[in-house]
Amino acid sequence: MRRWLWLSVALALVVAYPLVLSTPFQQRLGALVLLYAIAASAWNVVGGYAGQVSVGHVVFFGCGAYAAMGAYAHFGLSPLVGIPVGIVVSVAISAVVGVPTLRLSGHYFSMATIAVAELVRLIVTNTDYLGAAVGLSGPTVPRNVFDLSFISALPYYYLFLTILAITLGITWWMVNSRMGFYLRAIRDSERAARSLGAPASRTKLYAFMLSAGLTSVAGALYAMMFGFVDPESGLGILISVKILIMAALGGAGLLFGPLVGAAILVPLEEISNNLLGGKGAGLTFVLYGAMIVLIARFQPGGILTLINRVWAKRNGRMPKTEAARGA
Amino acid sequence: MRPNLIGRVAIEKNHGTMSSILVQVIVGGLLLGAVYALFSSGLTLVWGMMNIVNFAHGDFVMLGMYVAFVVWTLFGAGPWAGAPIAALVLATLGVVVYFGLIRDIMKGPMLAQILGTFGLALLLRYSVFWWFGANFLSLPENLVGGTFDIVGLRIQASRLLAGVVALLVTLGLHLLLTRTSLGSKMLAVAEDSTAAQLMGIRPDTMQAIAWAIAAGATGLAGALIATFFYIVPTVGETLGIVAFVTVSLGGFGSVPGALVAGLLIGVIESLSAYLIGAVYKDMVVYSLFLGFLWFRPQGLMGKM
Repeated sequence: MRRWLWLSVALALVVAYPLVLSTPFQQRLGALVLLYAIAASAWNVVGGYAGQVSVGHVVFFGCGAYAAMGAYAHFGLSPLVGIPVGIVVSVAISAVVGVPTLRLSGHYFSMATIAVAELVRLIVTNTDYLGAAVGLSGPTVPRNVFDLSFISALPYYYLFLTILAITLGITWWMVNSRMGFYLRAIRDSERAARSLGAPASRTKLYAFMLSAGLTSVAGALYAMMFGFVDPESGLGILISVKILIMAALGGAGLLFGPLVGAAILVPLEEISNNLLGGKGAGLTFVLYGAMIVLIARFQPGGILTLINRVWAKRNGRMPKTEAARGA
Repeated sequence: MRPNLIGRVAIEKNHGTMSSILVQVIVGGLLLGAVYALFSSGLTLVWGMMNIVNFAHGDFVMLGMYVAFVVWTLFGAGPWAGAPIAALVLATLGVVVYFGLIRDIMKGPMLAQILGTFGLALLLRYSVFWWFGANFLSLPENLVGGTFDIVGLRIQASRLLAGVVALLVTLGLHLLLTRTSLGSKMLAVAEDSTAAQLMGIRPDTMQAIAWAIAAGATGLAGALIATFFYIVPTVGETLGIVAFVTVSLGGFGSVPGALVAGLLIGVIESLSAYLIGAVYKDMVVYSLFLGFLWFRPQGLMGKM
């Protein structure tokens, strides 16, 4: 009961945020947090729950972004039309990468995802149809509401909030389905899970494909908000890094972990960019690197795991129950 | 744009026939491949011994390049001083990284292992970026000899030096692992660290030494490449993937495998740059990697 109470309070706060803190900067910041939370939650499906660390998730992000912008730039259609295309391409790529590598140890999967991300970035940078190094632009002046091109960040905020809710809903459903049980068994001990008949490779592949599709939606939304995509903003390895570290910082394999991570890191980056200007870009990533190292070294479970443990100790409960329920 | 790894293999100046150009491209590829083999040996050593993939490996190469650059700026000294210093600096870093990070994440979950070394990669890459900026730096072109002719082939002295030294050091690494008592101890730890410990070998020391050797060799390779290559903070990304390709092609844990694969990749890269265009050479290598993962994940010489 207490859980639901807390959840409703949190939800009310999130819904009210852009109305209370209503300067354009604050609204935009809120929208960005939600956008990255969508991407990080999508990563969480394969990186957290399936325990397969993808370092090339930006490929799927880019597929969505390029499909959305391509629908407008080449066919004059609403960027929305590109979303299903991006999902299909992303799922196809994830299958091609996942089928061979998910049979092997996790290192191969991580290396393959990096290689694919770089390969796709190089191909796109040299493809004129996709705008080569310049990229593709969306509608400069919105023709109708379906172009999803707004000046204010407010509509984006609620759009992203809806999509985030759907993403978390899908994740929650997956975790509590048969697949979720398989995934947990595989993550704890793949050998044991296999010997008990859990289809390890196939389950991991499904998680990867689901994650790819969801990430591609995040990419499409990103492109719509910013109105353009180029190889750096849509396919740069640093986007993968951001997505990954948000999920890991908040708590990989926990439902709200990515949201917590995004809520900490996005404002941090905006502020450090504002304070440090151009030089800040390098320093921000120094900080990111140091944070990832520290998380890996001292708290691989992320901040939420830490909070859960402290909370459970205070209430004299077993720390495991919170995590096991997926929250 | 990406640095052009094949650079000036003197194709533009060549006055020979088609076949002599091809020979020249292949020789250039072999020399480059030897350097690939050297830094991939470092990756394969650590991977084979501790089952850890160092995602910061390419950035170790990058650091080696910057050490060579700093040595040149401060003392005006060429690779004869830059390379040993780079090896020393990186070996020290390797030991620090082992005791500060690797020893603890080794027993942890896969997520912690990958995050840890990946975070280290970012930390190194952007510290250098922050300090030196994103500009392309380079050592003076004539720091090592110039260009000269051997049996009708025009070869840059810097590439020749890099290739030959890298080849010798890689062979030395192989001999160290297979012919010395230190090597046997390290292989014993790799095989079964508990059993090795019962035989009076300290796994911790051996693994620290392995990190020192691996990082040192990588730094050396970086300093060698720096003599003919653009120096930029993000260069480690490309070179890191080259190392992954080499190791997965050669079979993990195998130095001879890394040598053969490194030479092969050097040649493939040079040939594809010459035949299809410099822009596509990285694509060829990455596709090769993915193709190998599909059809022969254990590599050319490895066994599953």
